[in-house]
This record gives sequence, C-alpha cells and structure tokens, in this order.
Amino acid sequence: MRLEYFELLDRVEEIDLDGGTIRIACTLPERSTIFEGHFPGFPILPGVLMLEIMNQSAGYMLYRRFKRERFVFLGGVKRAKFRRMVKPGEKLDVRAKITHDGSGFFIAETSLRAGGDSAADAEIILIVQDFPSPEAKAALARSTDFLEAAPAVTA
Amino acid sequence: MSSTFDIVAKVISETSDVPIENIKPDAHAIDDLGIDSLDFLDIVFALDKKFGIKIPLEQWTQEVNQGKANVEDYFVLKNLCARIDELVAAKSA
Repeated sequence: MRLEYFELLDRVEEIDLDGGTIRIACTLPERSTIFEGHFPGFPILPGVLMLEIMNQSAGYMLYRRFKRERFVFLGGVKRAKFRRMVKPGEKLDVRAKITHDGSGFFIAETSLRAGGDSAADAEIILIVQDFPSPEAKAALARSTDFLEAAPAVTA
Repeated sequence: MSSTFDIVAKVISETSDVPIENIKPDAHAIDDLGIDSLDFLDIVFALDKKFGIKIPLEQWTQEVNQGKANVEDYFVLKNLCARIDELVAAKSA
C-alpha cells in the first residue's frame, strides 16, 4: 500500500466477476505523512481513506469485469459508517458486492474489517465511463497489474 | 394500481427535494425540476428496482450526444414514462 499515492490495495484474495464480489487484503504502513497529520501523536487512518479503500476494491472488481477497458470512479455515498479506529500497521480485510447493476452505474455494499472487527461499511455508487485518455488507461493498468499476482503477506 | 407516472413522480419527490405537486407529465427533469445527473442516477436506481428493468441510461445519453435523439425524448416525464412502459412490456414479452 502506498497511502500517499492512493494506491491502497495490496492483493486480491477472491474475485467473482459474474457474481460481482471481491475480497481484498491490504496492510497499512507503519509510517506515513498522513498519519503525521491525522492526528499528531495519535495516528489513525482517516475515515475518508477507509471509504476510498472500499471504493477502490469495488471499483477494481468492475474494472476487471469490463476487461480493464473502462474507467470506474466513485459517484456517491448512500451510507457510510466508521465503527472502529484503524491504526498504522493493521491488516485489513475488504469486501465488496455489487447489489445493483445499472446502465453506466452500479451500487455496491462494501465493508472493511481490521483485526477481525468490523471497522467500516458503506453503500456506494460507482460510475463507469470510457477512460479520459489512453495515458490514464495505461497508468491504471500499470498500477494495478500486480494485485492478482502479489504474494500473501505474512504476519 | 398506480400509473407509471404516479410511481415516477413519487420516486422523484422521495429522491430529490422537488415537491410532488410540482411534478407534472410535461415537466423536464433537468430544465424544469432542476434534477442534476447524480440525483438522476438515484432516480434511475429506484425506478430500475420498482419496475424490475434496467433503464439504458448510457445508450440514451449516447443517442442524445450523437444527435440521434432529443433530450426531451427521455427527460420529459411523460416520455420517460412511455420509455419505461416499453421496457416493462419488452421484459414481459
């Protein structure tokens, strides 16, 4: 995970393109400038980044469903709850399931667990469009191509 | 049984801030009711579920952008209701 670059996913544990589900594993870094600011002396992952991790997990599943040919981004948050603070170094188990398959948009139920606890959940809207440029398409392919080949992270 | 228009009007009033009495068959969802694209997604989501259909929003947008259809064909409520009726009929055919 490279928190400052919004590269938040480490590894795909399970993916079902037809069923619209995905499970992602990631581990927070021990140190980050984000933790220095949020909060000084009390580093925790900002809720907006928990939401972004869940969004990227659901978005990656759709990106794969569309054979890496379409650009998926967060269109809205219908509901979100942050239930537990998440600290540097914690391992996260992220799940997403598509609950509505619309035309150009999807609704997903997502959740994030840390240390076996429910840390956050959200219902989000994802929008699917053509990539804004060939460069953006190539860059996303480069920054995600390791996700389904990354080795398991051991404790 | 409620008409398609009654259901659409109820969904719009529940999803956006538009009072139901302002929602008329000749109203344009964007120009008259001020519904923006994200609110319209919520409305489409609710209508998809209510009618058990998939409103082809991407295709409609493409047709409008390519000049093959007018915005009014899809976004004036009486026309939207007619499109929904067609989709429901096609589904049960």
